[in-house]
Amino acid sequence: MVRARLTSVVCAYGALALGACLAAPLIGSTHISLARAFDRSVPFADNVDAQIFFVARMPRVLTGAIVGSTLAAAGVVMQALLGNPLATPFTLGVSTGAALGAVLAITFGSSLAVGVLASVPLASLAGAVVASAIVYALATRPGRPISTMVLLLAGVTLNAFFSALILFVQYAADFTQAYRTIRWLMGDLDVGSFAPIVASLPMVLLSLGIFAFLPRPLNLLSVGADTAATRGVDVGRTQRLAFLSASLATAAAVSLAGPIGFVGIVVPHLVRLMVGVDHRVVLPASALFGAAFLVGCDLVARTVLAPVEVPVGVVTAMVGGPFFLWLLVRKS
Amino acid sequence: MAARQKKLIALAALLCLSFASHASAQVARRVVSLVPNVTEILFAVGAGAQVVGISSYDDFPPETKSLPRVGALLDPDTERIFSLRPDLVIVYGSQGELESQFTRTGIRVYPYRHGGIDDVLQAIRDVARLTGHTADGDRVVRGMQKQFAAIRQRVGGRPRPKTMVVIGRDAGELRGVYASGGVGFLHEVLEIAGGDDVFADQKREAVQPSNETMIVRAPQVIIEVHAGDPPASQVLEKERAAWNQLASVPAVRNNRVHLLYGGYLLAAGPRLGQAADTLARVLHPEAFK
Repeated sequence: MVRARLTSVVCAYGALALGACLAAPLIGSTHISLARAFDRSVPFADNVDAQIFFVARMPRVLTGAIVGSTLAAAGVVMQALLGNPLATPFTLGVSTGAALGAVLAITFGSSLAVGVLASVPLASLAGAVVASAIVYALATRPGRPISTMVLLLAGVTLNAFFSALILFVQYAADFTQAYRTIRWLMGDLDVGSFAPIVASLPMVLLSLGIFAFLPRPLNLLSVGADTAATRGVDVGRTQRLAFLSASLATAAAVSLAGPIGFVGIVVPHLVRLMVGVDHRVVLPASALFGAAFLVGCDLVARTVLAPVEVPVGVVTAMVGGPFFLWLLVRKS
Repeated sequence: MAARQKKLIALAALLCLSFASHASAQVARRVVSLVPNVTEILFAVGAGAQVVGISSYDDFPPETKSLPRVGALLDPDTERIFSLRPDLVIVYGSQGELESQFTRTGIRVYPYRHGGIDDVLQAIRDVARLTGHTADGDRVVRGMQKQFAAIRQRVGGRPRPKTMVVIGRDAGELRGVYASGGVGFLHEVLEIAGGDDVFADQKREAVQPSNETMIVRAPQVIIEVHAGDPPASQVLEKERAAWNQLASVPAVRNNRVHLLYGGYLLAAGPRLGQAADTLARVLHPEAFK
């Protein structure tokens, strides 16, 4: 019964995500010819259509799909872990830690780079890891379940603390640096090559792999930790896995594209309104719908005021907000 | 009682007014500048000795090193400014609150507004007049106009390459690119130096082009201007190589991506002639042989 439902939902949402990813690179501020883009007889350096397709649009669409699906799935996991519908992938300080790293790299002009990771993504990844490690160390005791209250408060406090540090660094920065910092905080999918995507893949795949084991224990956990324990769920282990995988997914997404808001909270709720609350269905459906949603929002962001672009985070909130409210009112 | 109070207020206002008009007739002897490029102008017109306080970001001319610093756009230290007993304070045009704070106490304020080359020349004349160096101001302005005319003549008649002037970018990658738009002094300096701005149609000082926009606009020359000192040569090479992924852009194909370093390139002041000269040499090397 669940299996049949899962198959049909995944097929439907998968088709939506695939459709968005296939259509988005064809649409943009300039018209390109697909035949010419794939014409191998023209050298790549002479082929403007191929450049636009493979350098400007494909990496961007793939980044949107990866970031959208990881943030949406991480949102589902965080909401279940914290037992709080207002939880987002950014609630526990991961994104603010990443932002602090990015702000430091921009302000102090670090040119440190490792492999394909440039200084700003590298610094934001380091910030995200440090922030999650602090929260994890504060909220866990060996062999005991995590207190979600402590986890939530530690995360929120760390968020505030890192935000203060960001403001302090920005205050010391000069105008152009402060401006670039603000732009980074709006989020941006225009990565310009496949290298940063490849660099993020191990983290993304690992976290998505862990997510695959989470739906059943998360279902039981959302009924209550005690009930879950009597049904044979190792509550502490599930919580730790959920926290680590969601943090890893968020760190990968934020270091790739900056903190794009709204996806992690609105997509899980949208999907729940459409398919119910069973995590076995909600989690994969959210990942797929998140990909389609962010790719679609970015398409709007880069075409609606072309050649000027709207930051994609603005579009996710402006498109997602009213849509969510409409669905909320219609369902209740 | 009320009538008397009114009279008193009127008297006080009259006193303030007469004090203010008295002050404006005088030449400023003690100047505080919160705007780095105006500090540079003050020194260029020979008013350097009258400068008693500068912003946190001033680094030119070298004489500014020993001067007290009093904050900048976001954090002006009013107490410290008052303690320097200035009779002229140069602020940003957007610092309205600060402006009224000083005018209330009878200190003259010159609000500086960012704009094009004409605004820079006007600021030079204004600042020179306020500090009693009118003739020097005119001389600086004429000197700059002569420099611009000479560069225009030198590059005149040559084909003008489509040029993108980049003023900011994330290190090591093509992200967060800021480029000069179709208004402002950088745009005008580029036009003087014999380049056609690829974003001339964008009536803003700065634009943030996506990779797609940069491919489509296909600049023939890309000039990155940085305010600091040039980095080590391998870093420089890596930063230049960041552009290589836009292989179809003529500037990249023809090896015409130039990274320039120097505060004068981005300072809207007396060194704009020098900036135009640098850009002209990059755009038209054959004209300077």
